[in-house]
Amino acid sequence: MSAHAETLNQCGSCASSCHHTAQLTKLGLKIRNWDYTVALAGNPNTGKSTIFNQLTGLHQHVGNWAGKTVTRAEGAFTLNGKKYKLVDLPGTYSLLSTSVDEEIARDFVLFGQPDVTVIVADATRLERNLNLVLQVLEITDRAVVALNLIDEAERNNLTVDERALARDLGVPVVPMAARRGAGVKELLNAIEMVASGQFSARPHRIKYADERLETAVETLAEQLRVEFDNLPNARWVALRLLEGDENIINAIETRTLGKVKEAGAFPSLVESEAR
Amino acid sequence: MTLDKLKMGRTAVVTGVRNQSTERRRLYDLGITPGTPIENVMPSPLGDPIAYRVRSAVIALRREQAQLIDVEE
Repeated sequence: MSAHAETLNQCGSCASSCHHTAQLTKLGLKIRNWDYTVALAGNPNTGKSTIFNQLTGLHQHVGNWAGKTVTRAEGAFTLNGKKYKLVDLPGTYSLLSTSVDEEIARDFVLFGQPDVTVIVADATRLERNLNLVLQVLEITDRAVVALNLIDEAERNNLTVDERALARDLGVPVVPMAARRGAGVKELLNAIEMVASGQFSARPHRIKYADERLETAVETLAEQLRVEFDNLPNARWVALRLLEGDENIINAIETRTLGKVKEAGAFPSLVESEAR
Repeated sequence: MTLDKLKMGRTAVVTGVRNQSTERRRLYDLGITPGTPIENVMPSPLGDPIAYRVRSAVIALRREQAQLIDVEE
């Protein structure tokens, strides 16, 4: 039970401003002139689409199997006068190994430059979910962890110390039971804090101690930025090149690197994206 | 031994993954990293793939994938 009682203090440093009542309007498909883009990432079958529907008022197909969302779905909501575009991504275990649907998620998180990335994690299988969480925190400090299925975890006698988790990860962690709508308000708060810059995250980063590696990464990254016109996350791409990642090497050779594919399989969800 | 030799109901610890390619990366991403306990939960009706429990998740691996994974009982 303590999990729920403490959610309001998630933001730690911003506790005082966390208590206002969020003014949420679900906008469904009306995506025009948004102020912020929010991406929903996470392992397959963790409840991304459930959260997406809760926030947008849409009824995207929710199914209890992996690989259900194979493309991006987009929706919108307003919160305290700001418009947010929300992008529901296919579930992925990693930003590194890729099937086609995983590639969609990876490219958006890496090159779509969302203002906030919400990483949905399954509280009942937290250890396994942290792989993706840490990978996302490598490339952005504007992230929120939605610790979903906390009710299932409690049923299995699992308690998650989400404050310790938030401290260790350096980003807000919001316990949720999205099916019942629990934690939605707190998630919105956290999204707003991160989007507006009121919460500055200090995410956990893996340090590459070897100076030679650091030099190699920076040299490559610099060339990538020149070659691919201010490519975001050039350091990440450089690391993959040094690792010998065939997908990335191929994307560079065909010059498709950094191109975010358009949402396709949900024609009704594709609104004019002219910005 | 390799994971495909692990009997049903038994648990072993992963010592490594052979193969340098994206296949290893994928297995790592599924939580199959050196030092991780892995249990043979049950076979599918045809005996391949087999369901394994790793880090509280149950995943199915084909025999040729399991053959890439070195384990110690």
